[in-house]
Order: sequence, then structure tokens, then C-alpha cells
Amino acid sequence: MPAATETIDTVQSLTQSGYKWGFETDIEMDIAPKGLTADTVRMISAKKEEPEWLLDWRLAAFAAWEAMVEPNWAKVGYPKIDYQDIHYYAAPKRPAPKSLDDVDPELLAMYEKLGIPLKERAALAGVEGAGMEGVIGSGNPNIAIDAVFDSVSVATTFRETLAKSGVIFCPISEAVREHPELVRKYLGTVVPVSDNYFAALNSAVFTDGSFVYIPKGVRCPMELSTYFRINAKNSGQFERTLIIADDGAQVSYLEGCTAPMRDENQLHAAVVELVAFDDAQIKYSTVQNWYPGDANGRGGIYNFVTKRAACRGARSKVSWTQVETGSAITWKYPSCVLQGEGSVGEFYSVAVTNNRQQADTGTKMIHIGKNTRSTIVSKGISAGRSDNTYRGLVRILPKASGARNHTQCDSLLIGDQCGAHTVPYIESRNPTAKVEHEATTSKIADDQLFYCRSRGLSEEDAVGLIVNGFCKEVLKELPMEFAVEAQKLLAVSLEGSVG
Amino acid sequence: MNQSLHNGADAYLSRYEGLRDRLPGDAAIRDAAAAAFKAGGLPSMRDEDWRYTSLRALAETDFGEPLSMVATAPILGDAIDAPRLVLVDGRYQPDLSTPPVGVTVTPFSENPYFGRLPDTKRPMAALNTMLTEDGVQLHVAAGVDAGALVLLSLAPQGHRPIAFHPRHGIHLEAGAKLTVLEIARGEGAYLHNAVTEAVVAPGAVLTHIRLQDESRDAFHVNTTFAEVAEHGTYDAFVLTLGAQVARTEIHARLIGPHGMVHLNGAQLLGGQQHGDITTVVAHDAPNCGSRQTIKNVLSDRSRGVFQGRIEVARAAQKTDGYQMNQALLLSPQAEIDCKPQLEIYADDVKCSHGATVGELDADQLFYLRSRGVPDAEARAILVRAFLAEAMDPIAHDDARALLERAIEQWWEHRA
Repeated sequence: MPAATETIDTVQSLTQSGYKWGFETDIEMDIAPKGLTADTVRMISAKKEEPEWLLDWRLAAFAAWEAMVEPNWAKVGYPKIDYQDIHYYAAPKRPAPKSLDDVDPELLAMYEKLGIPLKERAALAGVEGAGMEGVIGSGNPNIAIDAVFDSVSVATTFRETLAKSGVIFCPISEAVREHPELVRKYLGTVVPVSDNYFAALNSAVFTDGSFVYIPKGVRCPMELSTYFRINAKNSGQFERTLIIADDGAQVSYLEGCTAPMRDENQLHAAVVELVAFDDAQIKYSTVQNWYPGDANGRGGIYNFVTKRAACRGARSKVSWTQVETGSAITWKYPSCVLQGEGSVGEFYSVAVTNNRQQADTGTKMIHIGKNTRSTIVSKGISAGRSDNTYRGLVRILPKASGARNHTQCDSLLIGDQCGAHTVPYIESRNPTAKVEHEATTSKIADDQLFYCRSRGLSEEDAVGLIVNGFCKEVLKELPMEFAVEAQKLLAVSLEGSVG
Repeated sequence: MNQSLHNGADAYLSRYEGLRDRLPGDAAIRDAAAAAFKAGGLPSMRDEDWRYTSLRALAETDFGEPLSMVATAPILGDAIDAPRLVLVDGRYQPDLSTPPVGVTVTPFSENPYFGRLPDTKRPMAALNTMLTEDGVQLHVAAGVDAGALVLLSLAPQGHRPIAFHPRHGIHLEAGAKLTVLEIARGEGAYLHNAVTEAVVAPGAVLTHIRLQDESRDAFHVNTTFAEVAEHGTYDAFVLTLGAQVARTEIHARLIGPHGMVHLNGAQLLGGQQHGDITTVVAHDAPNCGSRQTIKNVLSDRSRGVFQGRIEVARAAQKTDGYQMNQALLLSPQAEIDCKPQLEIYADDVKCSHGATVGELDADQLFYLRSRGVPDAEARAILVRAFLAEAMDPIAHDDARALLERAIEQWWEHRA
């Protein structure tokens, strides 16, 4: 075989094994023409049969977006995005199914391919062969999924069980129809339409996402989960998620992402808003594994996400946990506005970049109320020719007496062609507040590697093991079935980075 | 705001136009700096490097020329027993100076050398390059241990705001040694915008200690560009006590293996003072080390800023970088902003930074009080202990004693 062909074959097999979820599902799509104008916004709103107020809200966001410029402060580089060259609406042609039987079998097959955490869970619980028609729901009595296939939620499970306890968990478009008072009251109150460029874009054109309302005193009986999936070619996905935990409510929300392999870059600009009232707790966990592009940095998802939580109530608590292994570019800062007295914000993050990936991620903790507390643990791993930046802000306002923050940022470099950066901002205006920040950068120690190798582990397995140890503090915050997948993801993401 | 900032820049630019033909040195260098300054104007808080420090008050002040020689001999203040070089309103005063042995001193006005390190694209360095008239160039020959000298900058007039932009250079040849103690003092409102180039050749050791005790109405901007060759050491310390707005900016670059940079500092601020220490340590060569310990003690409505970046290039394997910045807030109105940054492109490195912000430890205070130490004194003891970590590495005993005295006075003045 000629050397060139051999190389191509090797590269192909490598990239294919490198991204095992790089398949494409062929489903009929209802696609809006490319481009973004006020008419596009009106068309999306009309397609979704939205009330007048929401259309006005979207148009205000669109006007704000038009007046803004794309931010360039993050340590990421990418070719200029042509916002007029994107489809802003793509929906599967069939109407939303009433039950699983109505679901397109191809979709079900796709969910099966995606169903790693469910399988893991089944396996862990000893439920073998849960069966493909049962992928959504059965065998996993404690997970409810609101699956987002491109832009429209097509299946929602466990609605009844949830409804019994008064929990509302549905696509946000449905919530707009059925619970307009709730949506109208909270939408855009945490992330205002003109908050930033990508949030404004999202507010103008968001197509769907999840809506969760946990009533007073209710502990959500199961973990809520959404699979995000980008499928149609060149259709940016603009998800909007809104979670409200009323007084004393508790909920754990899981978000997992995979996307098919593509050559063209795809834009994703999601907004997630969380509201926690007195004594409420929200735990939001993410495993993000979108297509990172190939080894040369071609293709891959642009992930520009605005996630923010308002801890409005006393003693409320929001915990963000994220494992970011995918996307060509990650621009994401899940934040907490700690307004309620004694409220707590947490941020646990693992960000892995390999090949040409670029991640600029971190958090903001804004301490407004008395005795508010925040914890930040960030683990960044860079390999290949990637760049990985932690960017965070801890701000203590004058009234935040007794506020407390501890931040720990660790970076691990694998190879000498990558970069690891730490950019924390610390602003304190209250003397009784205590803020601590530590950051370290190191590489995998030779003696650690040698120890593992001498016990018969391959170099790659050894690196996987050491990296998992490095990330343990964060991984232990994930719900178990997620933690298992996350560990595997770390190993897969770092394939080919050593040796 | 933009309007006034531009007005601020315009005043400097028109002054440059008027002075251009009379200023010493290469006009092309000045013109380039003027073009850069014109394009960017005075730094604004929208500039990431200046996000915490506003020069609005500076832009709104109408500064005049430092006109004539001082009639009365300025008060030199206490200093250490060492040779001294004196500048008044940014101009070198041979009459008041006692030149050191082992150091060649050349006033900038006689030999206008702008240096090769200063980045004249940076707005305040560009302003300096455009308008500088004088300064001192120090040169120590290879292998010479030139001891210590004092570089005293005075602005004694005080009845009318003036602006001066001294340009200094410190060049140590291979194996040379020098300790420079810079003291800045003055009366009234003025802008002291200095740029210093420090070149440390292989094996040379430059100790650069600064006491910034300017008038509380002054603006003090001090930008240092240092370069350290193999086995060289640049050991800097700055104590900020004065000025209404102060910015000490140090760019240190390690270009040869086994070089060492220390950038330590302390700011003690009160009233409505604003003090900013900004450092960039660039590791370009392997096996180098850098150590930074910065302490802020902030009372009243003062605001302290620390921005510190460690950059490690691909080639700089085995880098050992450490940075610690700590702040004590002594009043409910004080504010600290810090931005410690790491930017790392080499894998075999050990880099860390830490930051803490808080007030005096209640337990420690209680301990001292329970042993009969009055409250004010107990606080003074704890603040001194807090500063010790940054002060202790100052090897020059007289210099350290001088700084400690200045801190003592600051504390007494406050109480």
C-alpha cells in the first residue's frame, strides 16, 4: 500500500475510533432558510405558536443582539462566524409523538447509541438486556428524560410520576403554552436578553429546551435528564433551559451531550437559567461530549453557553458540575449570583482539551448576601496542541459580610505543544469576607507513570488512571451513572495524546 | 468620559508638538511613540490591562511644565548612607548628587538612549518616550560589585500641577552587582511617569528596591522593563505608600537558563488612595525561577490592585514559578481587586499562585489583647507580621530598615 493511502487510512481509523458517537441519523427535517432577520425571529415564534409577549421579548433580544459586537476577550481563536449562513430552525417533520410507540424508530435507535449512562446504570443495577424499545424509561425507574433532538423535544417520560408530586418537567415551548405565568415571570430574569452577545442571540432565536418547576417543599422524586443532540447540517442549536426550585425544593438535573461528526463548524449558543428560593437546592450536572473536530482542528462544535443561577432565597444552594471533553471551542462560565442570606454556590469542573481544541471556561461567584459561601474546584487537562483556560470571577459586594470563597484551580499538561492558562479575578469590598485562591500547574510525574507501567499498565491506561485521580474531586460530585461515563470519556478524549 | 480622556491625551500631544525640536535624542523614536499614544490615548478601564485602575482624575488635571530650577535646596529627607543621585522634577541634579564609585552615571539629557526593552506601544511608556527630557543611565562594568546607591526623585514645588517623565536605564555587565534604592517624594499635585530599563547580563545581580512615598495628591506611574540573562538575578521590591493614584508596572523577561526574578511588594493605602501593582514575568528560557509576594494593607476608602501574570514559553521547561498575593482589608469601605494569571505553554514546569483576602484574624487579635497588648498596638504587630513575608527577603539591611521606618510612620500617621 502506498504510504500516503496508508496514512489516510490510519488517520481515518483513528479519528473514527476517537469519536465513537460520530454517526448521523437520517430523519426528515423541517428547516428554515439560512439567515437571521427580525422575520426569522417572527417565523420561529409563529412556528411555535407563541403568544405575543414572547415574540416581543424575542424581538427586543434581536434588537439588542444587532447592536452588540461579538466578544473577543476569551483566549480562543476561530474564523469569523457568518451568522447569516446558519439555519435557525430545524424540526423533525412529524408532530410530537404521544407515546414511545409513535417515536421514529431511527430516533430510538439513536438514543440507544446514545444511551451509555442508561446502560451503565442498568449494568450497575444488574438489569441486563433492558432491551432497545425500553431505552427511554424502562430499566431506569429514577431518571426522566426530556430528549432534545435538534430543536424540538420529541419525547418526555415519567411525566405522570412527576406530575403527581407537582413537578413540571417539559419542553419550554410546551411550558410557554401551559404555564405561561411561570415562564413569563422567570424567563430572562437571571440572564437578561441583552446580557451578552450569545445570550441575546439565544433569546432571539431559541427553539426549545427544558422547563422545570419544583413546587414548595418538594424533593423531585427522580433525577431529571436531557440529552442534547445536534443533528441537522448547519443548524445552530439554541437551547433555552429554565429551572425554578421554590422554597425548600430540591432537584438534580443531568445534561449530557453528543453530536454527529461534521466537517463544518456548528454553532451552539445555549442559555440556562436557574432560580433557587429559600432553602431550595439545585444540582446541575453536565457531561459535554460534542464533536471536537478532527486531529487537525477541522470541524467541531462552537459551544458558547451562558449558564447562570440566581440563589434568591436564604440558604438556597446551587451546585454546577461539569465535565467538558468535547467541542472545538468551549466558552462557558456557569455562574451563581448569591443573593439570599447564607446561600451557597458550587462549581466543580473538569475540562479536557486535546488536538486543536480550545476551552475557555470557569465560573463567576457574585456574593451579595450575608454569609454567602462559594467553592470552586477546576481541573484543566491540556494535551495535543490544545489550549485550556480557566477564567473565573469572585466578587464580594459591600453587604456580603462573612462571605467565604475557596477556589482551587489545577492544570495538567500532557505534551509540550499545549497550553494551560489561569485567569482568576478576585474583587472584595467587604473586610469580613474571606477569599482564598490557589492554582497549580504541573505535568504527569515520571515516577507516577513509571509506577503504573511497572505494574503492567499500558502508557495510555496509566495516563487515564492518573488523570482520573487528578479529577477525582470533581468526578465524585457527579451522579454515579454520569461519573462512570465521565471517567471513560476522559480516557477516550486523551487517546493518542501520549506515546 | 471618553471626551475628557481624549482631551487629556490632546494636551500631551500638543505639548509634544511644541517641544519636539528641542527634546534630546532620536525624533523618529519619539514620533513613533507619539503616533501610538495618539492612537490609543490615555489608558481607559476598557483596556484589560487597566480594568481596575482609572486615570480619569489624571486626564482631568491640567499639568504644566516643570519650569525653573528650585531656588531653595530641596529637603532630601532621610536616606541610607550611600552615594546618591538626585532628580528634581524629573531632571538630574549633579550639584545635589554624590556619584558612586564603580557606576558610570550618564544623564539622559546628555546621552539620550531610549533603551531596547521598553514597549513604547504601551500607552504610559509611549507618553514617557514622547516627552521624556532626562533621567539617569547607570552602567556597571563586568565583574564589578558597585555596592548600593540611592536614586532620589523629588517634586518639591507643589503650588501648580506639573508633569515629568524621567527615563532611566540600569545596565549590569556580566557578573556585576548593584543595589539601587529608589525613593520618590514630593509636594502637591504632579505626574511622575517614569520608565526604567534594567538589563542584567549573565551572572549579574541587580537589587532594585523602591520606596514610593509621593505626595497624596500626586499621580505616580512607574513602568520597568527588565531582562535577565543566564544565571542573572533581578531582585525587586516596591513599597507603595503615596500618591492618589499609583501604578507600578514591571515586565521581567528571563532570557537565559538559570535566571531568577523576585518581584515582591507591599502597598499600604489609606484615604481615597488607589494603588496598583502589575507584573508580567515571562519565562523564555529553561530552568529559571520566579518568586512574587505582594501584600496589600488597605484602610479607609482605599483601593488596592494586583495583577500578576506568569508566562511560560514552550522552551522554558523546568520553570519554577511562584506567586502569592494577599490583602488585608482594615475598613468596610476598602476594596481589593486581584488578577493573578498563569499562561503556560511548557509541560515540565512547576507553577503556582495563591491569593487570599480578608481582615485581621480575630483569634490572633484576641490572643494579643488577652496578653495586655492595647488594640492599636496589637493591630500594628499583626500588620507588621503580615508584611514580613514580603519584606524579609530584602537583603540590604539599611534599605530594609528605611522601609520599615516608613511603614512605622505610615502606621503612626494613620493612628
